[in-house]
Amino acid sequence: MDSISQGLFQAFRLVLTLDPDLYRIMALSLRVTLTAVVIAAAIGLPLGAWLAVNRFRYRRLTIAVLNAFMGLPPVVVGLFIYMLLSRSGPLGVLGLLFTPTAMIIAQAILITPLIASIAHQAIRDLWAEYHDLLISLNATRVQRIKALLWDGRRALLTATLAGFGRAIGEVGAIMIVGGNIEYSTRVMTTAIALETSKGNLAFALGLGIVLIGLAVLVNLGIHWLGRTERASNW
Amino acid sequence: MSSILEALTADEVAPVAEAGGESILPLRLEGVVARIRGKTLIGPIDLTIGHHGLTIVMGPNGSGKTTLLRLMHGLQRVSKGRVSWSLPEAAVRARQAYVFQTPIMMRRSVVDCIAYPLILHGVAKPEARARAADWARRIGLGHVLNQPAPVLSGGEKQKLALARALIRRPDILFLDEPCANLDGSAMRDIESILMQARQAGTRIVMATHDMGQARRLASDVLFMYGGKVHEAAPAAAFFNKPQTMEAQAFIKGDIVE
Ligand SMILES: Nc1ncnc2c1ncn2[C@@H]1O[C@H](COP(=O)(O)OP(=O)(O)OP(=O)(O)O)[C@@H](O)[C@H]1O
Ligand SMILES: [Mg+2]
Repeated sequence: MDSISQGLFQAFRLVLTLDPDLYRIMALSLRVTLTAVVIAAAIGLPLGAWLAVNRFRYRRLTIAVLNAFMGLPPVVVGLFIYMLLSRSGPLGVLGLLFTPTAMIIAQAILITPLIASIAHQAIRDLWAEYHDLLISLNATRVQRIKALLWDGRRALLTATLAGFGRAIGEVGAIMIVGGNIEYSTRVMTTAIALETSKGNLAFALGLGIVLIGLAVLVNLGIHWLGRTERASNW
Repeated sequence: MSSILEALTADEVAPVAEAGGESILPLRLEGVVARIRGKTLIGPIDLTIGHHGLTIVMGPNGSGKTTLLRLMHGLQRVSKGRVSWSLPEAAVRARQAYVFQTPIMMRRSVVDCIAYPLILHGVAKPEARARAADWARRIGLGHVLNQPAPVLSGGEKQKLALARALIRRPDILFLDEPCANLDGSAMRDIESILMQARQAGTRIVMATHDMGQARRLASDVLFMYGGKVHEAAPAAAFFNKPQTMEAQAFIKGDIVE
């Protein structure tokens, strides 16, 4: 109990004193995760929609694989990318290991299946509902996907936020490919892991509380943006 | 009659074909059968839908009315036989419209739903919305223009579906029980719009259970029974002198099985 209240105290102290170290790692956390979310959404949302409206030979298999990939173990993904990017690896010449770019790649790979899978489910239901109408109105393939993405935008936002939630709290993969280097690749989650291992529990908890607050704020902000777009709700 | 329709000029409901283009009619069905997983839904069916008139499709529940309309419109796959129009396949789809038995509402405002078919045809958004708003007002949806379509009442949804179907001025309009949820006055509104569309040259094929409506509107009747066209006749002949026992019983209101 005592260390928990100390954690709360630390959280307030960190935020209120505008601790520059804190703000730097918060900013990097946001930058890495938001970039990864944008990339993953740009791939995952159209992929999910495409899987929902097209019939092809290995569709079921593809969807099963996608669903399984929702639960990819971060450490394994991290290790895999580590091996790709390490100096002796196939992409070693790019020199990306232990940079924020490597962390972005790892997170994007982790959450693309999650976003695609949730998007697929939502769009598939909407497609079942709209199918006859869109066929009857002679909508082209592109027009159909456009209508489904637009009318399903709320569900797609939810899919994207789920991806954000998984990425912002992720530690295993970015620890491996980022290395948790101070002033360079340290983010909220890796900092928490470090402080915990050093025994600074209250400080670690303080960081944790700030992290949760950050995630809540981003979610609220995005929902608010979605709501103001039109006053109606259904 | 209903005031909302006074402003509806023939020009606005006239099909594209009437304005000079070639009509996609007649529609021919030759030996058409629809099967799903080996089970025959309807057929074999032979019939022709000519240039003019309003065909009412009647028959008991499950007799195949919806399946027949969907076959004609190309929503139901033809398992055997041929469905053909006077123009090639590519040209005909955009000149037909269909009002579904259960209205399909997109998650958009009423005006955007009605404008959608025009948008698909490349009409600029402001013009499409203006024309859609016009249609909405005439059909009695002026007070809900900016409401989300999914929250409309059952009758309002039917009206929206009709406006959305007519806005492209189709050569032929298929309707599957469009008045199922409507009260008397709304039904009269819809019937009067259908009559105007018909006078302007739109071919109409409509399934209904309402005997009164069938008598008021039909120029000819297709009586479906057990997945086949059991009787096809001009309206007067069908209602005064039905040829089959099943049709006689159906018209009298007896239960037909
Ligand atoms: N997708 C389907 N799969 C299996 N059977 C079907 C399918 N669609 C229709 N049927 C069957 O085909 C028959 C004709 O159905 P249809 O919907 O055309 O009847 P209907 O005359 O429109 O009936 P109602 O008056 O109830 O609307 C019914 O027995 C129905 O169960
Ligand atoms: Mg039916």
